[in-house]
Amino acid sequence: MLYREAGQFKTNYVSDSAIFPLREDRIGLGLIILAAYALAFLGNSFLLQAVMIPFLVFSLASIGLNILTGYTGLLSLGTGAFMGVGAYACYKLMTAFPEVNVIVWIFVSGFFSAAVGALFGLPSLRIKGFYLAVATLAAQFFLQWCFIRIPWLVNYNVSGALDAPLRTLFGIPIMGPNATPQVRYLVVLTIVILLTWLASNLVHGRIGRMWIAIRDMDLAAELMGIRPLQTKLLAFAVSSYYCGVAGALLVFLWYGGAEYDVFNINQSFFILFMVIIGGLGSLIGSFFGAALIFIMPIVLGIVLPAALSPFGIAVGADTIEHLRFIIVGALIIFFLIVEPHGLARLWQIGKQKLLVWPFPY
Amino acid sequence: MRAPDHPVLSKGDVLLAVENVSLAFGGVKALTDVSFDIRKSEIRAIIGPNGAGKTSMLNCINGFYYPTEGRITFKGIKRPKMRPHEAARGGIARTFQNVALFKSMSTLDNIMAGRSIKMRSNFFWQLFRHGPAMKEEVAHRRFVEEIIDFLEIQHIRKTPVGRLPYGLQKRVELGRALAMEPDLLLLDEPMAGMNLEEKEDMSRFILEVNQQYGTTIALIEHDMGVVMDLSDRVVVLEYGRKIADGTPDEVKRDQRVIDAYLGVAH
Repeated sequence: MLYREAGQFKTNYVSDSAIFPLREDRIGLGLIILAAYALAFLGNSFLLQAVMIPFLVFSLASIGLNILTGYTGLLSLGTGAFMGVGAYACYKLMTAFPEVNVIVWIFVSGFFSAAVGALFGLPSLRIKGFYLAVATLAAQFFLQWCFIRIPWLVNYNVSGALDAPLRTLFGIPIMGPNATPQVRYLVVLTIVILLTWLASNLVHGRIGRMWIAIRDMDLAAELMGIRPLQTKLLAFAVSSYYCGVAGALLVFLWYGGAEYDVFNINQSFFILFMVIIGGLGSLIGSFFGAALIFIMPIVLGIVLPAALSPFGIAVGADTIEHLRFIIVGALIIFFLIVEPHGLARLWQIGKQKLLVWPFPY
Repeated sequence: MRAPDHPVLSKGDVLLAVENVSLAFGGVKALTDVSFDIRKSEIRAIIGPNGAGKTSMLNCINGFYYPTEGRITFKGIKRPKMRPHEAARGGIARTFQNVALFKSMSTLDNIMAGRSIKMRSNFFWQLFRHGPAMKEEVAHRRFVEEIIDFLEIQHIRKTPVGRLPYGLQKRVELGRALAMEPDLLLLDEPMAGMNLEEKEDMSRFILEVNQQYGTTIALIEHDMGVVMDLSDRVVVLEYGRKIADGTPDEVKRDQRVIDAYLGVAH
């Protein structure tokens, strides 16, 4: 009874084309954001550091890939590398210009990966599907090679690793060894909310329609006067921007330091799974996908030993690890069979059912 | 809706001229030395038996294919090789024989997508969905709503088009083409697979578009009753060659057309 469309009349086109036309949705979203902020003060540092920060970082990367693969229909396996470009660019910028606030550099570093992404997106005019995926795979290997072989990128650091220097915002350390998980969580949360809002504006406007048009029927899109190359390159650039920012956040606000290896092909697949499980062409699906793929194994790691101990089964940590893989794998298969359009579709169906509840239609 | 007219051309002037166009795919000749013209504000039908080259002709006009020989002049300017999106920006809109809508989008978004080339607000405002971007969105929405009213599809405004029945999809596709305010509208079998009632509706829309807004229409259609009633002039193709050209009455009496459609006793 709380969730109803009835009685909410739209009297102008602005309110009718709002992204959340239902009042209940807007309230719900506000509550979720409020709860997310409250979590910084209620949650312990394990929850923030090991669950929430990476969840948000992966959500952001998934949004990036979703713009490319979900909205524009271009399959990419270079996500990890594009994240890497953002991280390395951020490192170079903030060590070269330490007087400028690091938040600025996090946002600017995305432009570097956007440029690199657009460059590797050039073949997309001619090739599609799996073939394009192979072309982006080249980006993955080439860029990873750059990360290893160009010591300039890590300021000739002997270890070859990126490390997070101490950086502050309003005098509070937000990066480096002294930054608390609480502060880092708040920074990541704010950036993710801001960028998600911008992405949602984009995909609901002219540009989003052009992307979806290219995905659904590229010939007809061209006949509408939509330029295929520009539209696809824009998708590559925006997508890589999001991945780049996510990469910078991953290294400097989550890990606190990393080697080239975190941006390998596994990372790309990891993000791709999140997008597929979450729902192609859905921003909220990106969050669901990240939650399922990243948080579920953690939850299982805690729940499984507790569930097995009453039966007197003492299991080692390595067995738990294997079980986690098995269960997560099985669940992914289950979700794909039950709802191939991802969790976002389930969410949508649930909301539609709720609108008419308790009646079936 | 604003009448999409060109300043130089008035009713009856030649809008598009096809001169000696041939199109070959390797050894297969799809079109051989075809010439005809389309005049401003007329309804021009292209008919012919299956495989006569009608769709190939439309594909040449809107840039999917480049003619192997001959030339196409649009609005008095001889056209160089042109990509479909350039043709679209030049004022040529098109619907397809098999519906080519953006399946996951709603009716509204499909028609709004047809307005893409008319939208100017830059990336920055799009990011914030505010200021010029929102103003533009509303202005175009108003235009799109007029098309929706005109085509009587208000009730399916927010339905994803993939779920619509075929007849309505065809109507949405016409709406999407109209959203471009074209100078020349190419309709590839707009009534294929429709029942009588749907055909009557579609015929009414085509006539109204033509009469109210003066839009020039070239259509391919197999239903001879519809063709003879709607069109001002008819061009008949057979095996890639033009065999007749004229008013519906002239074409109907032409012996070669009758032979092409009914066959000749051997």
